Amino acid sequence: MIKPIAPDSLIPEAGFSRRTVVLAGLSAAGGLAIGVPVAQAAAPGYQRVSLTDGQAAHKEMTAWLVIDPDNTVTVRIPHQEMGQGTSTALAMLVAEELECDWSKVRIEYASANRNQRQDGKLYGGMQTVGSRGVRTSVAVMQQAGASARERLRLAAARQWKVDPAQCSIESGRCLQKTANRSLTYGELAPAAALIKIDVEPTPKTPEQYRLVGKWTPRLDTLPKTNGTAMFGIDAQVPGMVYAAVLSCPEFGGTLASVDDTPVKGRRGVVAVVKMKDAVAVVADRWWRAKTALDLLKPQWASGGNSTVDSAQLDKAYRDALDGPMVQARNDGDAAAALAQPGLKMVEALYEVPYLSHAPMEPMNCTVELKPDRVDVWVGTQAPMAVLDLAAKEAGVAPENVYVHNTFVGGGFGRRTQHDEMVHAIACAKAVGKPVKLIWHREQDIRRDRYRPQAAVKFTAALDAQNKPVAIDSKIAVGSLLHSLSGVRPPTGIEPMAVEVIATHAYKIPNDHVGVQLKNAHVPVMFWRSVGASQNTFFLESFIDEMAHAAGQDPYLFRKAMLDRPDYIGVLDRLAKESGWGTPMPAGRGRGIAVVDTYGTVTGQVAEVTVGADGKLKVDRIVAVVDCYHAVNPNTIAQQIEGGVIYGLTAALYGEITIKDGAPVQGNFNTYPLLKMSEVPKIEVHLNLSGGKTWGGIGEPSVAPLAPAVCNAIFAATGKRIRKLPLKYADLKSA
Amino acid sequence: MVTISVNGKPHQLDIEPETPLLWVLRDELGLTGTKFGCGIAACGACTVQVNGVAQRSCILQVGTVAGKEITTIEGLSTDGAHPVQQAWLAEDVPQCGYCQSGQIMAAAAFLKTHPAPTDAEIDQGITNLCRCGTYPRIKKAIHRAAALAAGQKA
Repeated sequence: MIKPIAPDSLIPEAGFSRRTVVLAGLSAAGGLAIGVPVAQAAAPGYQRVSLTDGQAAHKEMTAWLVIDPDNTVTVRIPHQEMGQGTSTALAMLVAEELECDWSKVRIEYASANRNQRQDGKLYGGMQTVGSRGVRTSVAVMQQAGASARERLRLAAARQWKVDPAQCSIESGRCLQKTANRSLTYGELAPAAALIKIDVEPTPKTPEQYRLVGKWTPRLDTLPKTNGTAMFGIDAQVPGMVYAAVLSCPEFGGTLASVDDTPVKGRRGVVAVVKMKDAVAVVADRWWRAKTALDLLKPQWASGGNSTVDSAQLDKAYRDALDGPMVQARNDGDAAAALAQPGLKMVEALYEVPYLSHAPMEPMNCTVELKPDRVDVWVGTQAPMAVLDLAAKEAGVAPENVYVHNTFVGGGFGRRTQHDEMVHAIACAKAVGKPVKLIWHREQDIRRDRYRPQAAVKFTAALDAQNKPVAIDSKIAVGSLLHSLSGVRPPTGIEPMAVEVIATHAYKIPNDHVGVQLKNAHVPVMFWRSVGASQNTFFLESFIDEMAHAAGQDPYLFRKAMLDRPDYIGVLDRLAKESGWGTPMPAGRGRGIAVVDTYGTVTGQVAEVTVGADGKLKVDRIVAVVDCYHAVNPNTIAQQIEGGVIYGLTAALYGEITIKDGAPVQGNFNTYPLLKMSEVPKIEVHLNLSGGKTWGGIGEPSVAPLAPAVCNAIFAATGKRIRKLPLKYADLKSA
Repeated sequence: MVTISVNGKPHQLDIEPETPLLWVLRDELGLTGTKFGCGIAACGACTVQVNGVAQRSCILQVGTVAGKEITTIEGLSTDGAHPVQQAWLAEDVPQCGYCQSGQIMAAAAFLKTHPAPTDAEIDQGITNLCRCGTYPRIKKAIHRAAALAAGQKA
């Protein structure tokens, strides 16, 4: 029953080059119609477009923005706002070019259905993955704003019958200063939408920015402080019933039978729905569905993994390191270099467990099935994938699926796959009513698709001058693609498995990386910062081991292996801001880690205290980020703080273990999250070096946290942490 | 029949008294600002106030709160003017926002007994979970709310 959505999140989004946008605008038969299809654009511009998937009917300027008579500017956001601030950032990029009144800017989700009806050419992939919200949409957002501004200015010139050169723009108005008159954008929008321009305006250069780069309050804060923000779990559909579901504990197992006698006649119960690997109860209220579900004693059939446990998996991944490897990087000749006599060898084996995303909002989905139409209310990072999956499960054409995207109560990669929607559709089919299905917390954690378990073995050599001459890295990790699609990557490599270790910027003349993609029956997928999250722990911890073996300062050891100004800039700033090198008392230590991931260089220095009793306290994290350009330093700071806390939760506590083929942890009592009292002092410094690219920000700060903390523990105690989580580490003084 | 008072309004409900208050608020009364997170009182996303005291409504049987005054995020203020809400806005606290109703309700109750809290008191008194990691801003906002409330009284 549960089929994964095709993992197209790995395929780089085509993005919208400026040229694409310009061409779309010009081809649109005179309308201000960036990306508006020919059929609509052939009609007079400024049409009323009714978006049947929940957006208010608007007269729109373009598919990207709407200017109402009261000068409200609504920006259509093609990405999910899951807390990372993308919606505010993208609206800022539009407003910067449009020169409108920022206080009148609103946001709404772009329509996946409309995008589907235009073969995905309107809003692109619409995914919110890979820290790519700003990165993939910056050009189109800037162009949408600039293009609209120029047409508004020309509309004013036409209305006044003056040379456009006399018309200027100021905060949502067009002015003719010589005549002391003005028109608002709201007044001009209908005419502006009809104007064709021969040459699209060039967006601003960074030194011209007045809004972009400034600390700006989020547009979504107010509804998130008064209870009105709508999440998927809040969907209300007339006539809906509720469903609670329990999947087979063992991944890959199936439902053999279930006796529904215990819930027959119970108040509110509508149906017991049997699925291939799960059973659901549908009732008139969710609590009645859940309490009835708890009375059922489903009989499960093993999928052949009922004896698998974490001890076996740990051994399997360690053993895989001695098995065949596929080459992922090969600089020089590492094997030969490592075999030379007289070198100082450094070797280590690192391991991490499975991790759950554990967003605060458990997975949920509300569906309404009609013969020719499916409506889905779901908070998703991948609305086009939702649309495809719903079409397949419900048996309708994709263009007849309407995805009502909502805020999500935490994404972190989790909301790219929607197994819960498959359950919801099955239930809706069974009862013939709209169904709101909510996974209870244990179902959410035990039916997650985890960050993969992994093991890595490093062998490195230092020469007589303590310079690194060679490094060999062997990686054993589950393939996300294999897990999601059932198809093994034909090359035996996937980028997520080897990122950071095979892509790092350190200049080591002989560098070999091998990988064995090894999947257990436990499903794995994208977890905030993906392969960088575990691989940065591995590599940056090992680089620290190399530095100590070389008898060198870990900061200077790294710096000596780098030639990139952005990287060195981050390291130097880290050293300065953290007071690197200043003495610390006994029991305290400082550790450093740096990584280039998601187009951004992020470094962190951790300060820890380890008591004689082994009690660990992370006191301070200094974070330095070079994402080249900052749209909103406010949300960047949030993402760095949040990523540090997400990373620290994982480093201290995070693990999903397997027993009898099933995940053991199920709720926050067994899968704890960091509490306020455990949060270190976090300092965020932007070290922007400009240039052509814009870096991602949602994920990078997770990656260096674990190695920075573990390197600090080494500095404090001399104990090297090679396996997470830290809760198992014995840090007591000898 | 269970009679409860929510945000100053009485409700007579034909419901099993053991139903958790959370699901009564959400599914009977349509007050969806209060969120479901864990169902075991571990995360606090469902925090409401019962007679002014923060309670985790996911394990609170509705039958036990009959006759008591229940306040949800929707009833904390009619216009978002509560000092805690104002402080949350000023510090731009939320990220995904899902846990924030519970955080705000917990903070508002906490400030009644700790009008000028220290960091350590906040650490001990506010145990709601936030997966996005808004804790540093929550702490700042609680201090700001305390100052705002003190200013209003002065």
